[in-house]
Amino acid sequence: MEQEHYELRLYVAGKTQKSTTALNNLKKYCEEHLLGKYTLEVIDLLVNPQLAEGDQILAIPTLVKKVPDPVRKIIGDLSNKEKVLVGLDIRPKV
Amino acid sequence: MTDKNKNQVKPLVKTPTGILGLDEVTLGGLPQGRPTLICGSAGCGKTLFSLEFIVRGALEFNEPGVFIAFEEKAEELATNVASLGFDLYELQEDKKIRIDYIHIDKSEIEETGEYDLEGLFIRLNYAIDSIGAKRVVLDTIENLFAGLSNQAILRAELRRLFQFLKDKGVTAIITGERGESSLTRQGLEEYVSDCVILLDHRIINQISTRRLRIVKYRGSVHGTNEYPFLIDEEGISVLPVTSLQLNKQVSSERVPSGIPALDTMLSERGFYRGSSILTSGTAGTGKTSIAASFINAACERNERCLYFAFEESPQQIVRNMRSIGMDLQKHIDSGNLQFQASRPTLYGLEMHLVAIHKSIRKFKPTIVVLDPITNLITVGTMSEVKSMLVRLIDFLQVEQITVMFTALALNTITNEQTDEGISSLVDAWIQIKDIELNGERNRGLYVMKSRGMEHSNQVREFVFTKTGLDLIDVYIGPEGVLTGSARATQIMLEETGELIHSQALDRKDRELDRKRKMLEGKIDGLRTEFESTEKELNKVYIEEQIKKERIQQARRNMEDIRKGTPTSNDTDNKENK
Repeated sequence: MEQEHYELRLYVAGKTQKSTTALNNLKKYCEEHLLGKYTLEVIDLLVNPQLAEGDQILAIPTLVKKVPDPVRKIIGDLSNKEKVLVGLDIRPKV
Repeated sequence: MTDKNKNQVKPLVKTPTGILGLDEVTLGGLPQGRPTLICGSAGCGKTLFSLEFIVRGALEFNEPGVFIAFEEKAEELATNVASLGFDLYELQEDKKIRIDYIHIDKSEIEETGEYDLEGLFIRLNYAIDSIGAKRVVLDTIENLFAGLSNQAILRAELRRLFQFLKDKGVTAIITGERGESSLTRQGLEEYVSDCVILLDHRIINQISTRRLRIVKYRGSVHGTNEYPFLIDEEGISVLPVTSLQLNKQVSSERVPSGIPALDTMLSERGFYRGSSILTSGTAGTGKTSIAASFINAACERNERCLYFAFEESPQQIVRNMRSIGMDLQKHIDSGNLQFQASRPTLYGLEMHLVAIHKSIRKFKPTIVVLDPITNLITVGTMSEVKSMLVRLIDFLQVEQITVMFTALALNTITNEQTDEGISSLVDAWIQIKDIELNGERNRGLYVMKSRGMEHSNQVREFVFTKTGLDLIDVYIGPEGVLTGSARATQIMLEETGELIHSQALDRKDRELDRKRKMLEGKIDGLRTEFESTEKELNKVYIEEQIKKERIQQARRNMEDIRKGTPTSNDTDNKENK
């Protein structure tokens, strides 16, 4: 496991079912694997629609890993834990 | 049924695209507040088409527009259309348009579980609201399918997207790549059902032609043909072909042909304005010269002329016409004359037609020359050329533009057919024929037909002089029709004959005169003779009279004496009795 700091952004649009599920899932994974070395920013596009362009957000919810490189996007409610961990490069691809 | 009723109450409002010709084909533009699908294969001009819709909307109709690009970055787009004179940066700064590049990279994206495309909606919504857009383009939304793998979600979201666009009340264009068996690869046409336009780029005989067809347009009549369109430095121009009604305005105004003698053959005044004239002849008979003198005369009258040269370059024509005393350069400089030279093989027939249309609309000439149309056959079949010319003539007649075609007639069967095929379309047909005699070639000019006017049925010899073109009456004598030097010889012979003849007459006149003078002298002599004889006769007569009187007197005196009466006076004696 890497010892780097993780900068994560979760894009949501209002308090929808999918967004809530995604946020809950994410929090759970981070507590398990990245405790103390991550920052999570939740961006509600309904409040700040202009922010969607910067990270090329199409789908909601989208999790963006800004740091460390490479930039990764994971879309969906993050229900598949394996995929999320692989996507965040926490766990290497099998 | 309900749809129809709605339309009756409130007819479909259309948004003009500003694209040349498209609004005519669609009778007003794209359906307002509804999405339109533009599909076609790669490189057929979808992106340019939709971008022009946005830019023209912003520039000409004051409708801001959003361009969502899934394929090209904003900078790339700006570079691509800079050559068309569209400054996307300036328009973006003025908040007239907004270009949003949406990048989807499959390698960056991991999908886990349920999601929707709310992010796209939000971006779109934000973009539309930020400039108050009335027009939206999504180019090419199919890229979503490449980037995201959950088809079920995508399809559901697309349906929602189109509904969203309708709810926003924006006029939208969605572009789609042409599929194998359907209009688009992802079957987008099932979402967009109001208006579908198909673009096509075909290559026939190595010559490409772009065509456009309106596959459907709900709630509106529209042209159903395939319309050729052209992409050039001014963007897209669609050619509506054509009103096939024969109810255009006609003019009885005349246009002189530039050759006075030819006008004489056409009931003294030349061609009708807005008519079409065909000048045909074999190689080197002076077709171009006739056309040039026609436009030269028109330019002198300060009319605008457009000359489409398919064979020679403008410089060549200008130089050649100088040799017969025409200075076309002067007219080019004054702006009355414009040359459009292009090789027929440069593009397809339809494209030529579009290009011709365009230049005519732009230059607004009163006279157009196409020299020669026969060369167009190299890029199309005869029937295609004919149908193109029908549409061209149609257009020109509506615009009241006089057109002169030149056609090369070879002495082969096919080309004579061409001649005839075209000749039925034109109003006047001038044919120049070679007349070969005594080892020299001369040109004979006929007016084969000229609708609606008296015209000479005589062949005239067509000659080039340093000061222009002229027609000379051919010599028709006992030896037949003579032209060229044979005619000159014949005329000389006749002149000699006349001289001899007149001299003979002179001699006879003089003889007569002499005879008259002689006779007159004789008459004078006789008259004097007669007078002297008359005098003599008169003298004798008077003497006789006197003699007679004297005798009578003497007789009476004698009687008196015998009676014994005094003879003092004769009269006294009588009274006394």
